[in-house]
Amino acid sequence: MKRYSVFAIAREALRHHTGWERAWASPEPKPQYDVVIVGAGGHGLATAYYLGKNHGIRNVAIIEKGWLGGGNTGRNTTIIRSNYLQDPSAAIYDKALQLYETLSQDLNYNVMFSPRGLLMLAQTHHEVRGYLRTVHANGLQGVSTEWISPERVKELVPIINIDGPRYPVLGALYQPRGGTGRHDAVAWGYARACSAMGMDIIQKCEVKGVRSEGGVVTGVDTTKGFIGCRKLGMVVAGHSGQLAEMAGFRLPIEAVALQAMVSEPIKPCMDVVVMANTVHGYMSQSDKGEMVIGGGTDGFNNYTQRGSFHHIEETLRALVETFPMISRLKMLRQWGGIVDMTGDRSPLISKTPLGNCFINCGWGTGGFKSIPGSGWAMAELMAKGEPGPLAEAFNMWRFKEGRFIDESVAAGVAH
Amino acid sequence: MLILECPCCGVMADETELAPGYEAHLKRFGPDSSDEEFEAYMFARKNPKGVHFERWRHAYGCGKWFLAARDTATLEVFGTYPAQVSEPPADIIAKIRAKRPDWKGFK
Repeated sequence: MKRYSVFAIAREALRHHTGWERAWASPEPKPQYDVVIVGAGGHGLATAYYLGKNHGIRNVAIIEKGWLGGGNTGRNTTIIRSNYLQDPSAAIYDKALQLYETLSQDLNYNVMFSPRGLLMLAQTHHEVRGYLRTVHANGLQGVSTEWISPERVKELVPIINIDGPRYPVLGALYQPRGGTGRHDAVAWGYARACSAMGMDIIQKCEVKGVRSEGGVVTGVDTTKGFIGCRKLGMVVAGHSGQLAEMAGFRLPIEAVALQAMVSEPIKPCMDVVVMANTVHGYMSQSDKGEMVIGGGTDGFNNYTQRGSFHHIEETLRALVETFPMISRLKMLRQWGGIVDMTGDRSPLISKTPLGNCFINCGWGTGGFKSIPGSGWAMAELMAKGEPGPLAEAFNMWRFKEGRFIDESVAAGVAH
Repeated sequence: MLILECPCCGVMADETELAPGYEAHLKRFGPDSSDEEFEAYMFARKNPKGVHFERWRHAYGCGKWFLAARDTATLEVFGTYPAQVSEPPADIIAKIRAKRPDWKGFK
């Protein structure tokens, strides 16, 4: 792999950009690998990358039904933060945030991480108390967040209306290190680095069945034939339920649609990310000038990658109240992703009832921000066969044992 | 937008009038059951891509619970039926079979 650098740009400028090589190879599958990872989204590719980088396992195939980064990695609102209430969540999301901070250098690929700061508005007294609790919890966890006054919110976000009739802004939980990244670049950067380590990224290859012998996985049947493996990692977000069924177990997961949309591009007007959880909307401005807006999930099982129309209306209605200036913006595009929601709104990074088969799913609405941390923890689990400190609490048996990592009560909202 | 017929009051209700209740026909396990049964009842879900039986409540109408058979991959509704049954009625099964010959059946 040729490194990207200012010298590479100068060199290519002199020879009419004829020397850029393909970012990753598209090989045909080999019959057998040490590790097969199903799902070439951010989490799957990050898992493969850290397997190679941290654990020296490079005989790896990442197989993907569609194209890489074409699922939820390409369908989110690119928000990155780590201000979670529960200790295991804060630990893994902050690991992810720390890795994001140096990811562009690490991958030699610009993921456009922009730590522009993130606000979670408190618009009810209940939320004020909740976020004060989170600030103190974050202090103990070593995650830097602060509680700021409505006046400071107005300074940071001049376009906000802090004394709205229904939901005045009473303060905010502020994480200056939070921000956004370029979602596609994260997948592409990991893919390029994986390919450079000799891993095979096999796209348009759908898994049709999981084979096992004596309770231990031996490989997967795919549309490109049987691919054998010693260890299997399932990292497929919304479709985890289908894959788990092929492997013979059930998950505590329901797949629902989560929607987002972007407006027409406008001049720069907001340089932080704002989440308004009471009214259920969040907004940031992309580098192109579009306002990127996310809303809530639908309440019913859905695999169609489009959500219900009335959710768009609810989200925009709420945001217009908080940001009156967006009332005349036209929405350019709307899309939905299939998110895998667990009962406690925390992910699974876990061994499974099938031997040598591991699962990483259930990130629900918080998938993008966690990609590097999730990959790091999953790689450790797959390499050693036992979870490390980051993944330990996220095993799938916590539901039986009643040890929830209850972010649904902590956040009460999409996150 | 989803439109479901409430079998309790006969209204064709659209989604904004209804509250979703996720998977139907779960067998309830109580305090004397094993951990596995209780976990399966509380958390493990079929979550199929395809035919799904689910609970809905006509929240802004008659207020009653009912059940629906729906395809989660296409959003097609096969039918709705009252909630006082432990498995889908034969006429609903027949409707699904007519439209989805490869469907593996309710289990």
